[in-house]
Amino acid sequence: MSEEKKLIKVTIDNITVEVEPGTSILNAARQIGGDVAPPAMCYYSKLKGSGGKCRTCLVEVAAGSTADPRPMPKLVASCRTNVMDGMVVKNITSEKVIDARKGIVEFLLINHPLDCPICDQAGECKLQDLSYDNGAPGTRYEFPRRTFEKHDLGPYIQLHMTRCIMCFRCVFTADQLTNQRVHGILDRGEHAEIATYISKSLDHDFIGNVIDVCPVGALTDKTFRFKNRVWFLKPVDAHRDCPKCSGKVQLWFRGDEVFRVTARKDQWGEVEDWICNECRFEKKKAADWVIEGPTKVDRHSVISANHYVGMHKPTEIEPEVMGRNPRLLMDIHSVSEVNRPEIDLSRLPGPAHSDNFNGIENK
Amino acid sequence: MGRKLLLEKAHVEGIRYYDTYRREGGYRSVEKALNTMSPEQVVDEVKKSGLRGRGGAGFPTGMKWSFIAKPEGIPRHLVCNADESEPGTFKDRYLMEFIPHLLIEGLIVSSYALGSASTYIYIRGEYAWVADILEQAIAEAKQNGWLGKNIQGSGFDCEIYVHRGAGAYICGEETALIESLEGKRGNPRIKPPFPAVKGAWDRPTVVNNVESLAAVVPIINMGGEEYVKIGMGKSTGTKLISACGNINKPGVYEIDMTISVEEFIYSDEYCGGIPNGKRLKACIPGGSSVPILPANLLLKTAKGDTRMMNYESLSDGGFATGTMMGSGGFIVLDEDQCVVRHTMTLARFYQHESCGQCSPCREGTGWMHRILRNIETGKGKSSDIDLLWDIQRKIEGNTICPLGDAAAWPVAAAIRHFRDEFQWHVDHPEESQTRNYGLAHYADPLQVPVTA
Amino acid sequence: MIQFSEEKLNKVKEIVARYPEGKQKSALIPVLHIAQDTFGGWLDAPVMDYVAGLLQLEPIEVYEVATFYSMFNLKPVGKFLLEVCQTGPCMLNGSDDIIAYITEKLGIKPGETTPDGLFTLKPTECLGACGYAPMMQLGKTYREHLTREKVDQIIAEAKQQ
Repeated sequence: MSEEKKLIKVTIDNITVEVEPGTSILNAARQIGGDVAPPAMCYYSKLKGSGGKCRTCLVEVAAGSTADPRPMPKLVASCRTNVMDGMVVKNITSEKVIDARKGIVEFLLINHPLDCPICDQAGECKLQDLSYDNGAPGTRYEFPRRTFEKHDLGPYIQLHMTRCIMCFRCVFTADQLTNQRVHGILDRGEHAEIATYISKSLDHDFIGNVIDVCPVGALTDKTFRFKNRVWFLKPVDAHRDCPKCSGKVQLWFRGDEVFRVTARKDQWGEVEDWICNECRFEKKKAADWVIEGPTKVDRHSVISANHYVGMHKPTEIEPEVMGRNPRLLMDIHSVSEVNRPEIDLSRLPGPAHSDNFNGIENK
Repeated sequence: MGRKLLLEKAHVEGIRYYDTYRREGGYRSVEKALNTMSPEQVVDEVKKSGLRGRGGAGFPTGMKWSFIAKPEGIPRHLVCNADESEPGTFKDRYLMEFIPHLLIEGLIVSSYALGSASTYIYIRGEYAWVADILEQAIAEAKQNGWLGKNIQGSGFDCEIYVHRGAGAYICGEETALIESLEGKRGNPRIKPPFPAVKGAWDRPTVVNNVESLAAVVPIINMGGEEYVKIGMGKSTGTKLISACGNINKPGVYEIDMTISVEEFIYSDEYCGGIPNGKRLKACIPGGSSVPILPANLLLKTAKGDTRMMNYESLSDGGFATGTMMGSGGFIVLDEDQCVVRHTMTLARFYQHESCGQCSPCREGTGWMHRILRNIETGKGKSSDIDLLWDIQRKIEGNTICPLGDAAAWPVAAAIRHFRDEFQWHVDHPEESQTRNYGLAHYADPLQVPVTA
Repeated sequence: MIQFSEEKLNKVKEIVARYPEGKQKSALIPVLHIAQDTFGGWLDAPVMDYVAGLLQLEPIEVYEVATFYSMFNLKPVGKFLLEVCQTGPCMLNGSDDIIAYITEKLGIKPGETTPDGLFTLKPTECLGACGYAPMMQLGKTYREHLTREKVDQIIAEAKQQ
């Protein structure tokens, strides 16, 4: 047995947790889980050097450590700040954090196109989630949104630079999974973009993983483009014996058709095992795979549109006011032919027509 | 006449060249340090001098030096920050152009103190001819045995290399500078680790401004204790101020931090007053990033004291009524200048120079510039002023590096002190295109609260 | 063909030797300066690929750096690049007027090159010559205290070269 590591205590949003030295505030908060875990748009635990850039995970350090309990003067990026013994952190209990985060979301959105209705990422987009949780309903930005020249990244990966939030994850992915990076960050400031400079396709065996790490719809799967909405698909864990990668994937079914293949993701939306391009793009038949069973999907996400965790149903006030439950005062069917209960509109072969209601039984 | 330590000899004929510089007493500090002092003693002397970093932040140089990690077998580096790019600041260029050997001398002593055998001068790419001057000075110093192996028989080896940047203000931030020195994009690093532990090529590194390193020469020559006697309080020694804007004698001045702002602007020894008999409207005393002050708050503090040209007095009153010494880029605006337009050019500057790495700065700097451009060109709305305030507030403190703060502060200060000028632009969109708001009440005597 | 002369290759070697072994990427910016000066005042993709080869880097590493720094031109520019500073202190001293005058005199807008390929006008941000405003960078030198007459003179001189 190796010597037991001495754990250190950190308190986040009034919850104390013991973690190993060298743990970041963000990862300590993830151990607590729930709302205490700050949102992260650029940090990715599997990518070395990632984090610190998007600033959505800023937290307030109310006390640096037991040894030096002074607060930190500025909000800090929780993904890149390590905990100290006795540190006291405020995330959602800090007004400063909530205010700053609202600002960050606004900054991320001012140049982001409102093309969710046609974006393949919609439903599993981290920026959508972030905006629902922390954003404001309107925009204060009154200028044309930023556009970029289009770049073609080859047959597999579609780049929509206007949607990019510059998280750098795809660059780290290419650096760390492939031996030859061909795309990178060009230009600077608000003109900075992901590109290859001279048109080159990304075709390394593992480059497809950039699609999974992209928090928004900037890098999407060309083989899945416009094919379906993710909330109509049923994710299923599956595997195959792949000579290149772990072969552990998620298949996204509609009916018995596989619409896309992705890596499996953990509860923080991070890839568990990188997968190769062949598994991702070429194996689109259920027969290529051994099905394990349905995937548990994090429901705290836009993927379960209209079914938010923690959503409050409005209180019914009629019983309170009337002192009893309301009774049905009028049966609509007694006055209208249109809504006859025996006519099932969904069974009609085409659009409904007046003939359908002309006393003819639903055939 | 104030005492000069750095520029005293700057106008001696031929001081740019080694022979003259040496004849005028140059390189004495290297002899003294290498032959009679240990590196620790040099660090102590700089600590004693109270020298504060001259690049803008004003952090004590000796303290910074004492943080450098000394892991066994890993080389350490000193890097001289000559990426002078802050609007209003051109003092380092002056020093390097006229008296380059002073910097080289300071670099040798400082390299000895820090144990840097390879020292780099990171100079902004546009100062191409200055880089040539420095290379020549380095070659001369080497020929005369002040660089290379076993300098002056002390056993200390040191080389100095000039590294030209290529146009990026952000590379004045020390970790961006290190990235750039490594041949990368100038994206500031996320700290910690600090450069003193993991800097250039992951080695312990100290980055100091040109003027700070040049100041090491007089500190070693006269001793830290003597150096403290020049100046006031925690503003020790002398400071180079580069004065520009609407003044009769723009240029670089060495001050000993005991003179008043008023004297600096109006005396013939320094700026020589404002041209064409115009009146002073506003001033940014420490480079574009520091808060702009209207004339009345510039010359007197909110308490009614005379404002002096030193770190403490300039920041008296905090950001509410004070400003900062910054890098010493002194920008003067006369009564016919438009604060809105000036602020807009600064916002455009920060938009242009943002590296684009973190969201608040990448998105916020451009947004501020666009709104300011609208107000300046008569397309602004009243609500834009509040919006600007809110945007700068959300950038400040939330970015990876201080460029975010540097972009936010000028906008905040302009609104804080000149809000009615912004409002006038909004209320008089057409008139504001044909004339300026003028001096208004910005030079009126302030009501000083009487305290019993 | 894109190839440095023997002399320039030696210069590259000398620059690489300034940095720790294996850290030849540090030489990238200085070498790009040489490349831009050598190959027509701008960096075409094949030139950057050549530099990548010299320093054993991936081409994308060179593109990333070249596009970051404002001194590297990624498109052809005129023989004389007039980079006029327009930031605060220069603006206070009339840089807007200088830019307008050049625009009018040469018949080009900011960012454009004259049809004869001689002049490109590029308004820039602070060049560190605030006390000598208004000013422009022309090649390796600064032209300071600009007036309309001085601009005339600079353009006339350039045309004679």
